[in-house]
Amino acid sequence: MVDFSFSPADEAFRTEVRSWLSEHLVGEYAAIGDVGGPADETGWDVRVEWEKELGRGGWIGLAWPEAVGGRGATVTQELIFNEEYALAHAPARVSFFGEGLLGPTIIAFGSDEQKARFLPGILQARELWCQGFSEPDAGSDLANIKTRAVLDGDEWVINGQKVWTTLAHHADWCFVVCRTDPDAPKHKGLSFVLCPMRQSGVEVKPLKQLTGSAEFNEVFFTDARTSADLVVGGVHNGWKVAMGTLGFERGTAFLSRQLQFGSEMQRVLEFARKQGLNGDPLVRQLLADAYIGLQIMRYNGFRALSTMLATGSPGPEASISKLYWSTWHRNLGELELQLMGPWSEVLGEGGGTSTYEPDGFQKTFLESRAETIYTGSSEIQKNIIGERVLGLPREPAVS
Amino acid sequence: MNFAFSEEQEELRRTVRSFLEQKSPSAEVRRLMETTEGYDPDVWGQMGSQLGLQGLAIPEEYGGSGYGYIELIVVLEEMGRALLCAPYFSTVALAANAILHSGDDAAKKELLPGIASGDTIATVAFTEDSGRWDADGITMTATKSGDGWTLDGHKMFVIDGHTANVIIVAARTDKGVSLFTVGGDASGLTRTPLSTMDQTRKQARLELSGVPAKLLGTEGGGWETLSRMLDLAAVALAAEQVGGAQKVLEMSVEYAKVRVQFGRPIGSFQAIKHKCADMLLEVESAKSAAYYAGWAAAELNEELPVVASLAKAYCSDAYFHAAAENIQIHGGIGFTWEHDAHLYFKRAKSSELLFGDPTYHRELLAQRIGI
Repeated sequence: MVDFSFSPADEAFRTEVRSWLSEHLVGEYAAIGDVGGPADETGWDVRVEWEKELGRGGWIGLAWPEAVGGRGATVTQELIFNEEYALAHAPARVSFFGEGLLGPTIIAFGSDEQKARFLPGILQARELWCQGFSEPDAGSDLANIKTRAVLDGDEWVINGQKVWTTLAHHADWCFVVCRTDPDAPKHKGLSFVLCPMRQSGVEVKPLKQLTGSAEFNEVFFTDARTSADLVVGGVHNGWKVAMGTLGFERGTAFLSRQLQFGSEMQRVLEFARKQGLNGDPLVRQLLADAYIGLQIMRYNGFRALSTMLATGSPGPEASISKLYWSTWHRNLGELELQLMGPWSEVLGEGGGTSTYEPDGFQKTFLESRAETIYTGSSEIQKNIIGERVLGLPREPAVS
Repeated sequence: MNFAFSEEQEELRRTVRSFLEQKSPSAEVRRLMETTEGYDPDVWGQMGSQLGLQGLAIPEEYGGSGYGYIELIVVLEEMGRALLCAPYFSTVALAANAILHSGDDAAKKELLPGIASGDTIATVAFTEDSGRWDADGITMTATKSGDGWTLDGHKMFVIDGHTANVIIVAARTDKGVSLFTVGGDASGLTRTPLSTMDQTRKQARLELSGVPAKLLGTEGGGWETLSRMLDLAAVALAAEQVGGAQKVLEMSVEYAKVRVQFGRPIGSFQAIKHKCADMLLEVESAKSAAYYAGWAAAELNEELPVVASLAKAYCSDAYFHAAAENIQIHGGIGFTWEHDAHLYFKRAKSSELLFGDPTYHRELLAQRIGI
């Protein structure tokens, strides 16, 4: 039954979330507001402390099973939490890679020892993770990974290079997809290896982006070592595990993103009003169009969620999420600059300082160019939609 | 919180789809679109007597089955998919909604049972030669005459205006826009069917000269009723558009799988595959918009005016884009009269412009959200 109201139990949960947030989101946590993002380290130290606060409140691993220390929340409750979190303007989460990606991967594919060893560190925000997937020659063609892991006694020895490793300079651990069988076909010889970052064999080099800042990194592994039992999901089974990890990137995260985008849309509307641009019929069209896109993003998310709840697997509407929001946000960034006019060029106070620090709309305009590239570029998303959802034939392999 | 159709609603969808596959296949659409009436009275009768489709969202006290707007969305989506040639949209989405929201209990008792049973074909005539969809476009005058009223002027782009038994006409009195009911056979009424580019939806021009009419609702309250009806009609049209858009996406994907050029199915080329992926994104998003708007229409909540314009703008663009891409993907065969691609293409364009184009609705939305 198409119905967007919430049950009394869900409303009670909402009240619980709201009161916890109003009690704990105070002082410097409240002061920094909803700054930062998965790839934006603004307010980092405060956000790490806040994450620990969330852990103490039992809000990390909300949807994880109770048996592994989670809260066993329903999808709807997770949605409500994300909604309230965004409405409270709480700081952007720093545990995205641990809570969002590695935790679910270990729960789905890991051994009991791995669960006992790593999940508590994520739940308490004691250990931060980064993701070692992309390489210079393995972007969209992820299976082309060349980083090698070779077993030496009771340890793996890792050599190779990862790139676009978000926040690697803050991470304690990395989940690294390595080639463990170079003779097998390229999807078959990979393993999903957990490797400590704080060792001499791991070197993190910041990668300065077109935004001028460096949240992404290159990570060089030179005889880096990790314990032999830290392969998740079995040796040579890394492709399957990595694909599982990428699957966890979707889910209910849409709502907090949509709400964040909603705040940004409000800022755009306020700016347009303040500048007196809202009387221009063309600007009104563009603003209305952006608003429509924002709302549809929310409806799509609700539909995807309902399908998940009803059938246990995502429907076609889930596959469009990444393509949809990244394109929408990129367009919004362009609209923001259009509204700013010549002022869009002026950085900071315009005092001719030597630092390159784009702000506000400028930041969206620049950062959003990454969004249609990372975690599967728009072109890869369209291949996935074409082949997996619509059943169109694959491109013949180049012989 | 749930955005999925119930099993009963899915069953309704299956029933309507299977009925339309039998009664409204391409050959039948093509036969009916060449006729002036543009519908098959037998099929219309079966829709009423066997399936109860006309009375689906009409309350039981007026002879309907009292379901909500979500059920109507399901039915309209299937009708859009099948390009059904019938006066359903005009009768149900326009006239029945106008009567239901007129606040006129006597008119409801008098008119809704006939609509619910399928005996009455009805429509709403408010647009004139200016082609405007707003209150200012209504210039026809209504003059008090004894107990009733007399209408003089013209109406244009009236959907099924030449076949309707009951026509709800918008005209101006001293108190502003008001609605009136006029019989299809009223004296002084001249109805001229129009030749239309989209032959699957019929339109007529009406000339009224001293036509006797009965006030529907209150004098001066016509625009309020029409405005509500237009929101509901926009949602209904969005559902139809979604049905058509899904169908052309399926046609494109099917063709891309079997059409071989350069030794491989054209769907294996990213140029075609990515077009189809873009279509899927828009079609699924259009569904989300239409279903959400359907919920707002069912609840008649405060979101309705905003989401009606939102759905109308988005679904119009999505359908037209998909229908146009469908021709492009089919190549030469898609440009022939024989292939159905043009029927959807033309329906997509006529629906896009009906009740105001996407630009008009984006502006309405901007006003409604206070930009």
